[in-house]
Amino acid sequence: MALSLEFNPHTVMTCDPAFSRLALSRLLTEVENDSPMGHGALSLLFPLTGKAHLVGVTGSPGAGKSSIVNKLASLYRHPTDSCPCMKVAIVAVDPSSPFTGGAVLGDRVRMRDLCGDPGVFIRSMASRGALGGLAHATSAMVQVLDAAGFDLILIETVGAGQAEVDVARLAHTTLVVEAPGMGDDIQAIKAGILEIADILVINKADRPGVDTTERALCAMLEMAHPSTQDDAFRNCNAEGGPAVWIPPVLRTIAIENVGMVRLKQSIEDHRHYLLASGEWACRENARIRAEMEALLRDTLMARWRSGLPSGAYQSAMNALLCRSISPVEAVERLIEQN
Amino acid sequence: MAERKIRVLVAKPGLDGHDRGARIIARALRDAGMEVIYTGLRQTPEMIAEAALQEDVDAVGLSILSGAHLALVPRVIDLLRANGQDNVRIFVGGIIPESDVPRLVEMGVSAVYGPGTSTQSVVEEFRRILNQPG
Repeated sequence: MALSLEFNPHTVMTCDPAFSRLALSRLLTEVENDSPMGHGALSLLFPLTGKAHLVGVTGSPGAGKSSIVNKLASLYRHPTDSCPCMKVAIVAVDPSSPFTGGAVLGDRVRMRDLCGDPGVFIRSMASRGALGGLAHATSAMVQVLDAAGFDLILIETVGAGQAEVDVARLAHTTLVVEAPGMGDDIQAIKAGILEIADILVINKADRPGVDTTERALCAMLEMAHPSTQDDAFRNCNAEGGPAVWIPPVLRTIAIENVGMVRLKQSIEDHRHYLLASGEWACRENARIRAEMEALLRDTLMARWRSGLPSGAYQSAMNALLCRSISPVEAVERLIEQN
Repeated sequence: MAERKIRVLVAKPGLDGHDRGARIIARALRDAGMEVIYTGLRQTPEMIAEAALQEDVDAVGLSILSGAHLALVPRVIDLLRANGQDNVRIFVGGIIPESDVPRLVEMGVSAVYGPGTSTQSVVEEFRRILNQPG
């Protein structure tokens, strides 16, 4: 389907709001579908990116990620403190079926509080086969929303297990949301998702087992940062600036709006820490470099495939499947043919 | 370039609280390879139009069991058009009297499904209608 509305990055949010939001929405579809128009727009928009604070929200299915995103976005829209009101975009990823490619995207169900607010834009995405907790195009869609002038972009991952850690590479600040009663202390010392947390959230904190979960997470943090005292998660160096960031462990009950102001304050603290310590720039650079390398890999792969003689791939695959050649030999054979 | 996925918003406008039908349709469309955005119960026409806009959907499925379809459906259609989404197809399911179907079609509804419709036929008709040029 053709994009019938012209997307001009400089005027997108200034003309008729309904129509500019439709242009933005259609552009997001083009970018999600990796179309030539999407590529062109991304090139045009790239110089306008880099302003938004990207906050990732991950954690196990049912821990309350969508509810937390809903309440956080409301707080940023209607601040209770002296902070300015921010424009908030939400990108919520849910899994695609590995069999049919279809998906049910249900994160909006928990985000009703945000309806009717022109300063909020919510977009659901299917993971479309990607395994790291985000979709392939999530990063590109976040760039579009960044360029469109949203100050805060909340990125909600699919319900994550232990290894879906892509969001930490994309976001400036990563929230890992847990609920009480998930696994024992050994889970807390395993590598993976807990390591990527900048802020650990124990949601549903009115449920039994919350003390145990909090103890396990705090014990894990103590092992990672043995020099810190109990209340030292904002350790200061001689100049009074933050020296090292120790992830706080926060209790929330998102649906009752308990603990959310404290969580928002932590996100702001982390943003100030990133800017003061220079880590904001480090994370940005690492992300852009990683994205560039992934793009290079995909482009080379696509180019190589298109230069392959027709049938070569299938014949190598057939030889491999009847075990007459090994996978290593199959790859060598294919590389030689192109 | 990835293929263009069909994106469908499944919504329950109005005040009836029964979403079994909407969930079954959402599941059937998912199994047919479509991406279904489900918004939950008790949506206003404004909420539905806003979600359709932000999600850039190809179709909106409205499940109505309350008898308010002749009030709710035109409101949703008007709002979609006001937002510039003239090409979005509207499907209605639920308890809809046979005699109201022609009026809904006249308003711009692509198809109406009552109790007993097979999910297979819904999927086939969705595919056929959505592949027609708008």
